[in-house]
Amino acid sequence: MNTPPITPALIAKHGLSSDEYQKILTILGREPSYEELGVFSVMWSEHCSYKNSRPLLRQFPTTGKNVLVKAGEENAGVLDIGNGWAVAFKIESHNHPSAIEPFQGAATGVGGIIRDIFTMGARPAFLLDSLRFGSIEGDTLAARANRRLFAGVVAGISHYGNCMGVPTIGGEVYFDKSYEGNPLVNAFCLGVLRHEQIARGAAKGIGNPIFYVGAETGRDGLAGAAFASRELTEESKADRPAVQVGDPFREKLLLEACLELLESGCVAGIQDMGAAGLTCSTCETASRGGTGVEVDLNLVPKRSNDLTPYELLLSESQERMLVIVQKGEEATVQKIFEKWELPYALIGHVTDDGKMRIRAGSTVVVDVPARALADEAPLYEREAAPWTAPALLDLKTVPVADVIMALHQLFAHPSIASKQWAWRQYDYMVQTGTVVPPGSDAAVFHLREADKFLAATTDCNAIYCHLDPREGAKAAVAEATRNLACSGAMPLGVTDNLNFGNPYKPENFFQLRAAVEGISEGCRAFDIPVTGGNVSLYNESQHGAIDPTPTIAMVGIIEKKEQITTQHFKNPGDVIYLLGELGEELGGSHYLLVVHQRKEGLPPRVDFAKEKALQNQLLSLIKSGLVQSAHDCSEGGLAVALAESCFARAQQDSKALLGATIDLGTTGLRPDVALFNESQGRILFSARPENATAIEATLQAAKLPFQRLGIVTTAEEIVIQLNGEKYQWMTRNLHHTWSTAIPHMMQG
Amino acid sequence: MKIRITIMPQSAVLDPAGVATAHALEHLGFAGVHSVRIGKSIELDIAEATEEQLHQACRDLLSNPVIEDYHFEILK
Amino acid sequence: MIRCAVLQFPGSNCDQDALIAIRSFSGVAAELVWHQTTSLEAFDLIILPGGFSYGDYLRSGAIACFSPVMQAVKKAAQQGKIILGICNGFQILCEAHLLPGTLIRNRNLLFRCEETILRLENNVTPFTQACEKGQLLRLPIAHGEGCYVAQPDVLQELNNNNQILLRYATAEGEITKAASPNGSLENIAGICNREKNIFGLMPHPERACEALLGSTDGRFLFHSLITSLSKK
Repeated sequence: MNTPPITPALIAKHGLSSDEYQKILTILGREPSYEELGVFSVMWSEHCSYKNSRPLLRQFPTTGKNVLVKAGEENAGVLDIGNGWAVAFKIESHNHPSAIEPFQGAATGVGGIIRDIFTMGARPAFLLDSLRFGSIEGDTLAARANRRLFAGVVAGISHYGNCMGVPTIGGEVYFDKSYEGNPLVNAFCLGVLRHEQIARGAAKGIGNPIFYVGAETGRDGLAGAAFASRELTEESKADRPAVQVGDPFREKLLLEACLELLESGCVAGIQDMGAAGLTCSTCETASRGGTGVEVDLNLVPKRSNDLTPYELLLSESQERMLVIVQKGEEATVQKIFEKWELPYALIGHVTDDGKMRIRAGSTVVVDVPARALADEAPLYEREAAPWTAPALLDLKTVPVADVIMALHQLFAHPSIASKQWAWRQYDYMVQTGTVVPPGSDAAVFHLREADKFLAATTDCNAIYCHLDPREGAKAAVAEATRNLACSGAMPLGVTDNLNFGNPYKPENFFQLRAAVEGISEGCRAFDIPVTGGNVSLYNESQHGAIDPTPTIAMVGIIEKKEQITTQHFKNPGDVIYLLGELGEELGGSHYLLVVHQRKEGLPPRVDFAKEKALQNQLLSLIKSGLVQSAHDCSEGGLAVALAESCFARAQQDSKALLGATIDLGTTGLRPDVALFNESQGRILFSARPENATAIEATLQAAKLPFQRLGIVTTAEEIVIQLNGEKYQWMTRNLHHTWSTAIPHMMQG
Repeated sequence: MKIRITIMPQSAVLDPAGVATAHALEHLGFAGVHSVRIGKSIELDIAEATEEQLHQACRDLLSNPVIEDYHFEILK
Repeated sequence: MIRCAVLQFPGSNCDQDALIAIRSFSGVAAELVWHQTTSLEAFDLIILPGGFSYGDYLRSGAIACFSPVMQAVKKAAQQGKIILGICNGFQILCEAHLLPGTLIRNRNLLFRCEETILRLENNVTPFTQACEKGQLLRLPIAHGEGCYVAQPDVLQELNNNNQILLRYATAEGEITKAASPNGSLENIAGICNREKNIFGLMPHPERACEALLGSTDGRFLFHSLITSLSKK
């Protein structure tokens, strides 16, 4: 086989710096082969090595009494949920593939995160998706392109998740100019397993056979990891081979076959072939096992016979796994994979020399210490630009808008409008565990086999992060915990997806560092471990970097089914409370963005001590059975939260709408500030009137700020009294604006 | 004029539908199924179009050039 | 004891849900049966569950209907055994010509997952005898290819023989175009064969068997089945 000579140009094409190449020469003591250069290039890419972020990520709190598998140890973290049961969960991005081919990019993103979970021995239980696109409003070329991306991504998630039979039960979708040309697609999966079922991605047992199982290798996604570690340019649209096509049917078979194989007890180690495919799975399992691996590429199942060793090593074909089996158990693999009609092949064995040795027949093409590839990538602390705080918002420059109109404008904005257009395309009910479907603060899922109720949410307000990355990241953690509390759940753990621009630009690296600090502070304050996650850098288009988007996916547990709470008001006559203060921070608010087209000011501050006290109090009221509904105030502030609480669970059924009459008293605040500010630490909840005395006594005793605002009504009218003025909306009209905004835009 | 456009997955790109169908043919008793590829056939009846316009229609709308190839024949 | 087989095709994904739902009734012994099985003699009730058999790549249900177990299903059908096809199971029964007509892509071309309201059209079948005629059931759907179509003469026959068991309806029980989530002819959501021992429906009764999940109306259908089988 002819391979190109190693030239400086070839090295640069592989994204390796000259320092990095020198390090390779030192490790090998010779010039690398073409295949070795490719292998180093992907393993030392940002996507696989986290070379620019790993030092920062060490700040995250990763331990806790529930942690069974820590962040970074394996493909996903594992947490104890009691009675011998555990959950494995993780979030991962597929941003760049989705920008190039939205349907397949999103589909394979879902496929990849599902594999990460069943690699751990867990049966996938549910999915969440955090999505961000450019503006879909209007008839511009860009809006049309963004609509195509949004529709394609949703269809791709729907295609893969639905076919797998893993329900997509929640997530978030935001629309902002900054994501134009670089959408974000972050997919989360959670799986359930018994403690003793935890599988390891380590090549254990010298002489144990190594099996390749799953789909045949093709040219799909050649070197996708390297692709994810570059900025998107016009040329990258021509990066044809980087598009992977997902086959959810094959993955469903692979899932069942792998779980059956794990159940049989013959597996010594298992690892999915995701980014960097065969390369990553072989060197990582060897590195974790403290062993070596030897593999013959000629034995790998292939889609076409003309694949070169280089291509076989770097292909990112989907739906493949590497399984290390106990010696003598080869027939078990054969039996199970023949039952499920999936390709499998014995391709090598575990060695004792710590080397990743790859042959093509008798020719050795790669012979590298496995640890050097998997764990010894160079680490960098990039330069961070000094922080200049944004100017404080001068309210005098913000005219007071007509608040009646403004609330409609907010509900018409696709980031606040109902996302039913998207989630009705997801099978969110399969597996019959979805207790609270998409559309409330957090989704709630019943893990039937463990008989546990989990709540899950993804959150990040990237406007806040754009204005102040540290405070924005703190707010993302605070909002996630608040959403869980509003659902009746105590937080268990966090997985984060850090979506940022090119880290070589000091302002971007500053944002990354500040966000990591903010998340760490938040997770420490709430004593929640970070169990893993994903870093996606180079999220830039010709318009510049995206708004920094550190997405927080958080999972919580609800003790009893009676404590499951939703955001929707339940009965006319119930009393409405605001837990927390009325607030007045308008900086970074959606009101400013939507009504005044301004992304300015300082975002709301987070006070974790206060947050924690409020949320604990809410949870204790829920546990006492005193709370009918609870909803956190986020984008759009109190007015949006109040109206959303009046929208019934059945999204299309306008008959189930309720009304509310509240009095905010005389505050001295402008009406727009009072209704739309986004101060943190505020929860709107409702209670039966006969429980009002008990609730108020409890809150007074706890010395927590709260306000009895008014009552839920049947009038289908929302009435807010403020400073002696009366503001009124028909719930039906607001509901109409909210529920039709995205469908109308998508028809455009 | 009548045009028939054939759209096929690119040869290097995985065709899951084709793979599943190939297996099904084997189950039906066909021996030696080497490959099945599943694409689309589109028939247009339009007033007039240049070849360049047809290429544009195929490239920008009818096919997904990222994962599919197309060709067309003018029937009459 | 009623013996129930829940068939498992490669790509079935509502098999566990169906098993859990049917096992929540007493007097039923249910088990999963792999698609390579060639005999269903041991069973009284056969359920073809939802999912994406063989990825549904060529046409929904098209490849599954050549699975070995489908020969046994055809035999069971001739013997008059009770066969229930849910969602993908309905599509497979149509592809296997055990039920007339076919299911094509939803009119709006999008997958739809939501709760629907169904009007029960005929309660003189083993599948519906515990219901009232005209009763409204709340059952969820989750499909991309659920638009029922058939030739006019087939449709006429379905109507004449009271084979249409469920139609999509409004909350008031009216059969309107807007009430149909997928564009089905005459809002058809479920039909049975002329002999009334095979029933296929797009909605998922197994997802509506627990109050916690929002509806228990699916229990009417399972209860009907079990009662009529117990009488046999």
